[in-house]
Formats: sequence, structure tokens, C-alpha cells
Amino acid sequence: MTDYHDMWKELGIDLDAHDGLLEVLPPMYEENILSQEGRPGGMEYFDFVFSEVHGLRIKELVEHREAGAVVVGTFCTYVPEELIIAAGGICVGLCAGAQVAAEEAEKYLPRNICALIKSSLGFKLAKVCPYIESCDLLVGETTCDGKKKYFEMLGELQPVHIMEVPQMKLEHDRDLWRKEIRRMLERMEEMTGKKIGEKQIRDAIRLVNEKRKALLRLEELRKSDPPVISGRDALLIDQIAFYDDPARLTEKINALCDELEERKKAGVSIGGAHRPRILLSGCPMALPNWKVATLIETSGAVVAMDEMCTGIRYFDNLVEEDAADTEALLDNIADRYLNIHCAIFTPNRERIEHIKQLVEDYDIDAVVHYSLQFCDPYTVEAFSVQREMEKEGVPFLYLETDYSSEDTGQLTTRIQALIEMVGCAEKA
Amino acid sequence: MTIAGLDIGSRTIALVEMDGGGIRHSEVVETTFDPLEQCRVLLEDRGFDLLVATGYGRHLAQANFADRTITEIKAFALGCHEFFPECRTILDIGGQDTKAISLAPGGKVADFQMNDRCAAGTGKFLEVMAAAMGLSLEEMGRIALETEAEVKISSMCTVFAESEVTGLIARGTPRPEIARGLHEAICDRAVSLLKRVGVKREVVFAGGVARNPCLRSLLEHRLGVPLLVPENPQIVGALGAALSANTS
Repeated sequence: MTDYHDMWKELGIDLDAHDGLLEVLPPMYEENILSQEGRPGGMEYFDFVFSEVHGLRIKELVEHREAGAVVVGTFCTYVPEELIIAAGGICVGLCAGAQVAAEEAEKYLPRNICALIKSSLGFKLAKVCPYIESCDLLVGETTCDGKKKYFEMLGELQPVHIMEVPQMKLEHDRDLWRKEIRRMLERMEEMTGKKIGEKQIRDAIRLVNEKRKALLRLEELRKSDPPVISGRDALLIDQIAFYDDPARLTEKINALCDELEERKKAGVSIGGAHRPRILLSGCPMALPNWKVATLIETSGAVVAMDEMCTGIRYFDNLVEEDAADTEALLDNIADRYLNIHCAIFTPNRERIEHIKQLVEDYDIDAVVHYSLQFCDPYTVEAFSVQREMEKEGVPFLYLETDYSSEDTGQLTTRIQALIEMVGCAEKA
Repeated sequence: MTIAGLDIGSRTIALVEMDGGGIRHSEVVETTFDPLEQCRVLLEDRGFDLLVATGYGRHLAQANFADRTITEIKAFALGCHEFFPECRTILDIGGQDTKAISLAPGGKVADFQMNDRCAAGTGKFLEVMAAAMGLSLEEMGRIALETEAEVKISSMCTVFAESEVTGLIARGTPRPEIARGLHEAICDRAVSLLKRVGVKREVVFAGGVARNPCLRSLLEHRLGVPLLVPENPQIVGALGAALSANTS
């Protein structure tokens, strides 16, 4: 394996702490991902990308910057990747999915703040994330209160641009969001010193749409019963989609989908007895957070679909490519992103309707709602989702957890009881 | 065929052996720090054809000697249904978990709720509080019945509630009132879990804490329905585990 220590040192990474982190990842990956039986051969690419998560991809970012281009980090599916790509930049998702340096982060943040925010700051303060250290700009957004305040702190350490995401979807909210898209475009132009033309925007829209189409194609294949791919592998791909090169990723997902179509025809599945089909809904599961998906799948069910930011919320709906000019293209970008149904919006009826639709389309046996502890929007909205599922007669399990593993015993009991309930004997 | 059900809980391990004629043996021991050894002692020289484990230690049991496992939720549903065929709602307060289970007619699990990861409102909570007041569990349950007056214990976190109790002791609050307040706090917690699954008669109260007369009477008063308590509420899970061998 290539030694990247010089590169990391150059980026200002704390090498000792980082080595420690890298030691933890392979056994975690083995336990959650590689130990699965019946994985498709096309997962090999994603295994490789993960094994090089802080290596080869970072090297690509470094080379990209040496060539004079920028890297921009984001923390939310509302931030339009197209604008970064149109500016010749690389977009990387920075949300953290593992607990790192919580005690450092708690010097600046209260204890009772969600694990995603706390560990994202933890990674920054402990200097163990070569992605954030590679960023010329971080783009934050006004989704939840915790993040807003976190970005203020982050702004003291690195340049941050904040997009104002509205909290309702009225006409003037749309106007505001369309303006915010233009303000971000200006920020990109200002940073690179280059005007972004219509062609660049058009090309970027097409590139990202192709990635979405590939991911949607994969989701379509997850309707197969018996399943041709596990929920954990699908989740891994969604997580990797936030930082990998979009064109290459699209090609690899499409190749995997070709294989999955063959599997479907030949009747090859991920194996095991009949698996109850679970829809996982709620907060994002940033890399390497596989905890709940693993518990569900090792208890004999399959995560057949994800209604999460690391899931369909990330790539549902394309940006309309048919537009007369730059202004129309920018409006189309704005409209696509405003159509994401995050729990920060009120009312957010669209999310519940979407969940109901997914339950039907994916022949779902039960919904598992996953909230990060202290995430107000999702923990509160879970009640509405539950009521609606009860009305529909869909078994529903509410889980509230974080990145630690101390509650896996209790989570396992709940998940297994749910699986027993929907009619499948427990097989360890 | 003889079937053994083993419920490895956080505080106690219960064994139930069944043959064609029903329960032929049952026994409860403490879990201690070495549940596996306790299981060995419990199972020593006993003869059975199949062993089904449940409880938080079920995976440990499966890795070592159990043939099958089921969750406590299913085990309590089966066990309560066996004791009380009319049972539609179960409250189980064990050492570390509180569960509210709603059953469909016929005994299948329709819905369930469990406490969060901490031991708020569980047997462990009562134990810690009894220790803070220098009482045994039985004494605390008894003196709580001596008074109508109660102080409000607002913390459900075991750690915070202990500080609260320490504060009340320091202010000279009589122990029966504190004990009563603690029972009320657990009762609040259990009722809120029960309400989330819906309270339908008959309601069965099981698990070790069901032996506590004060909590039983508080819950009955609050819910407005009588609670059915099995003669030995600690073996319900083990019984359910044994029964599951015939249902799946």
C-alpha cells in the first residue's frame, strides 16, 4: 500500500491521531460490510474506494488543487453540487459518521448536541480529516439550529459560505432560495476569479444528473425480492457518492447495476431465508455509520430502501436540463433542491407522502425510523410518521441513538422483536 | 419432549422446563457478574431436548449452549398469554428494561415500546434509590405504602434522581414520602409507555418489579383497571421461551 504520510503532513493532519483512526476502520469495515455473504462482484470498486478513503481520493484532491482548481466541502444535500462543478471545483461531503474527539468538541459545543455536528467538529479539531483540510471553502446552510451555530465556530477556523435554506415552501421562500443559488454562484466566481458560463452550468447539471440517474437505477433494482443487493452495500454506495469523482462513480454504479440485472434474471440473491423488507427513514448515516443497518440485516431482515439524506433524498428528482439560458438553468437548480423533504421544513407533508409511496413501491414490511439523539426536527417528526404508519397498518419502530455502540444490545432487542412481529423467526 | 426456556436478564436468570403436562420445573437465580457460569449451575444435571434462550444474555447463551433464541418481547407475549389467555396489554418492568407490549387477540405481538438506553424507571432504578435511603427493596416498597403524602421526584435519570433523593434526605423529608415519590415516578414512566401502545384489558404486569405491591396499587389506580400478576412474575419470559419451541 502507498504511504501517504507526507501528503497528510503537508495538509496539517495530526499523524498519530490519524494513524489511530485508520487502524479502527478496517476491522469496522470487515465486520459491517465485508463479512456479508452473497455480495455482487461490482462492490469491489467501492471496497477499493473505501480502502483509499484518506489515500488515493485525497491525492486526487491535492493534484486538482495543484492544477489551480478548488475543492469545496459541504454538509447537506441542499447545497448544489452543480455550482461547485461548474466552477471547475470538486465537491466533497464532510458530515462525520464516527465519534472522534468528542471531549475536544465539547469545549465549543454543548454536550447535548447531535452526534453528526459534534463529531464533524471533532474531526476538524483533532486534525484527522484530510477532506476538510483540503477544502478551499466550506459551504454551510441554515437547516437546523445546531448546524447554524456550528458553522459560526467553523468560520473562525476556515472560510465558510452560508446558504440560507428557507423553512417553508411558499412563493417568497422560492424567491429567496433562487437568490441564494445566485449568491453561491457569485461566491464561486469570486473565489476562482473566473466567470461561470452557461455551458459550464449546463455540463455540470448533466454530470450530476447522470450520477442521480445511476443511483436511481440502483434503487429500482432494490425492489427485487429476494434482494440482489444488501441495504448496507447500497448505503455504502450512497455514502461514497458524496465524495467520489462523479463521472467515474456513475460508470461504476451503472456497471454494478448491469450485474444486478443479470442477477435478478438468474435468480441470484444476497442469500438467506426470506427476509422481511425494511424501510429505513430519518437522519443521515454519514460514513462510516452502518450501526443500525447492520443490526437490521444481521437480524435477518433486509434494508430494502432508505428515506434518508444518505439515500433517496440525496438523488431523487433531476434538475430539468431543458432551459433557455443561464437564469433559467439556475432556477431549475434551485427548484430541484427545494424539492428535498427534510424535517426542517414546515409543513413537511411531502416527506410523509413520500414514505407512504416508498412503502408501497418497495413492498415494505416495516418502517424503522432512525433519529440521532438531540436532532429535534427528526425526533419530533417521527411522531407524525408513526401516526401515519399506524393508519396505514405498517409496523413502525422508532430508534433514537448516536455513534456510540453502548446501546446495541437494546437496539438489537427492538429490531429483532420487530422482525419477529412481521413474521420471521429470529436467526442470529 | 422436554423443552427448557431460559431468560437471562440483567438481574436474574430464570429457567422453566416444560413437558407435555406443563411446567415441571422452574428456578430463578441471580445473574451476577458471570451469567454464563450461573447458567451452567442452573442447567447442571437437568435433562431436556431443546433449549430456547431469551433476555439480554440470549446471544451469549446461543454462542455457548442454547439451540434457539427469541426476544424478550415475544417471550413475554407468549408467557403472559399462557398464564392469562385474555391478556391484551403487558407491562414488564425488569432489572434494566421496561417494556409495554400490546397483543392482538390470540396473543401475537401487535406493538411494543421500550425504555431508552438508560435504566430510568426500571428495577435497577428502585435498587439504586433503596440503597441511597439505606433500605432493602422490600422495605422501600413497604414504607411507600405507609403514607399518602408524596414528594415529586422529577428526574427519571437514575443518577440525577439519586442526587435529588440525597437532597431530600438532607432537607429532612421523611423516608416514606421519598419512597412514595420514587414509586410515583416509575408509575408515571410506565403509564406513558403503556399509553403509547394503548391500554386494553386484560392488562398483565410481569417482571421482577411486579412483585412490588406499592407500584401495583399505584398503577391500578392510575390506569383504572385491575392488573393481573402471575404467581411468579419472574419466570414469564423463560416460560415464553419454552413455549416458543412449539409455535415456530
